[in-house]
Amino acid sequence: MSDPTVADTRRLNSKPQDLTDAYGPPSNFLEIDVYDPQTVGVGRNRFTTYEVRMRTNLPIFKLKDSIVRRRYSDFEWLKNELERDSKIVVPPLPGKALKRQLPFRGDEGIFEEAFIEERRVGLEQFINRIAGHPLAQNERCLHMFLQDESLDRNYIPGKVQPSSDPEARCA
Amino acid sequence: MSFFSFGQSAEIDVVLTDAETRKKAEHKTEDGKKDKYFLFYDGETVAGKVNVTLKNPGKRLEHQGIKIEFVGQIELYYDRGNHHEFVSLVKDLARPGELTQSQTFDFEFTHVEKPYESYTGQNVKLRYFLRATVSRRLNDISKEMDIVVHTLSTYPELNSSIKMEVGIEDCLHIEFEYNKSKYHLKDVIVGKIYFLLVRIKIKHMEIDIIKRETTGTGPSVYHENDTIAKYEIMDGAPVRGESIPIRLFLAGYEMTPTMRDINKKFSVRYYLNLVLIDEEERRYFKQQEITLWRKGDVVRKSMSSQATIGAQRFEGSKSSVSSMLDLKCRA
Repeated sequence: MSDPTVADTRRLNSKPQDLTDAYGPPSNFLEIDVYDPQTVGVGRNRFTTYEVRMRTNLPIFKLKDSIVRRRYSDFEWLKNELERDSKIVVPPLPGKALKRQLPFRGDEGIFEEAFIEERRVGLEQFINRIAGHPLAQNERCLHMFLQDESLDRNYIPGKVQPSSDPEARCA
Repeated sequence: MSFFSFGQSAEIDVVLTDAETRKKAEHKTEDGKKDKYFLFYDGETVAGKVNVTLKNPGKRLEHQGIKIEFVGQIELYYDRGNHHEFVSLVKDLARPGELTQSQTFDFEFTHVEKPYESYTGQNVKLRYFLRATVSRRLNDISKEMDIVVHTLSTYPELNSSIKMEVGIEDCLHIEFEYNKSKYHLKDVIVGKIYFLLVRIKIKHMEIDIIKRETTGTGPSVYHENDTIAKYEIMDGAPVRGESIPIRLFLAGYEMTPTMRDINKKFSVRYYLNLVLIDEEERRYFKQQEITLWRKGDVVRKSMSSQATIGAQRFEGSKSSVSSMLDLKCRA
């Protein structure tokens, strides 16, 4: 056998890319916005809710555009459910800010505008990180959090099966 | 080491016959420094002279015998006391007696078998050396001279490509291909990554070369992983149908040939680790073993009469296999 002195470094052959694939919308579109903080209730029974809007083209989510209202404790619930049921390392939530809930503060405590904004940013980062995780996308609690009108805390935890999806079958 | 200033002592040194012409190779020592040693191949003769120089001329040196040994041994760092010798040859140079003056002894170890390559690793060392000894009643005088052995192979007859489809159900499906399964140390890895389904937001992709040194047997097996190289092959988000080429030149990296179960004591294996990283720094990876071998240089006339290039047998490698869901994700 001849002993080639220079290796062949030419590219391997590959299928030319379909132009609709090349220029079409990517299959990984997932954006979640956490915005519009509203403080509801009066006096000591006040709490803040945020609008959580998800836009996606991932087949695993039933709705491609969904809007729900959630409060901080709902995010905590989601974090706990995922920590218990899924194998992923759940990212941290913005702080609970217990100090801000103590009386005799000079300011509005947890209803300070700057604090709410800081918390909103943290919640948005949290939910985007979680929702993009392939293993979290199978969890029923995530789907309920993002797309059901309200959280049923007595739900039965479980996995979501992806609906039959032509794109998932490989060439 | 002699505590007495009276009495005779001597210095030994070993000089190879072909010291002027023989090539030297660089080899890492245990503390990471690089040194040059004479390079030998399997089957080559090791010949030279042992010079015994008396320190105090005029005084006699009594001795229990003078010999030279050629040793090939494996030393496990966690078990330093036990050296596993797989080659042990000895030539007696002088019977017990006395030297009245400095003397030189010729020696030749003919066509010595050197089955394994010299290796200095994290937990194990395989070395070859000559050891000349003047035996004495209280303390011997000895000198060791290390040499380096390379094992050569020729182009394998069977060298199929590695082609596999892997992924995470409904999230990421890729097909990766590497042009060969056996590469020589100065070879080029030519390959490609073809994206079949991309539902995650990939930021970039890299190929790592990982060296795994395994020592020990049975219950006490140690693996030392070392990332020799990290080579980015893609920056940005791919979509379905895209093909990313790979061209990775191995000559730039310090690697050894693949060593499998050397004398049942240790192994050194190499893996290509394909890593995709998404926008949240999650890593998706697929490891694949490759076999590395050492190609001989152009054989020079002076060596062809002595050298026997060892032909190594390679096991059959995997041909194209389709298997899904083999891509691991680490958050």
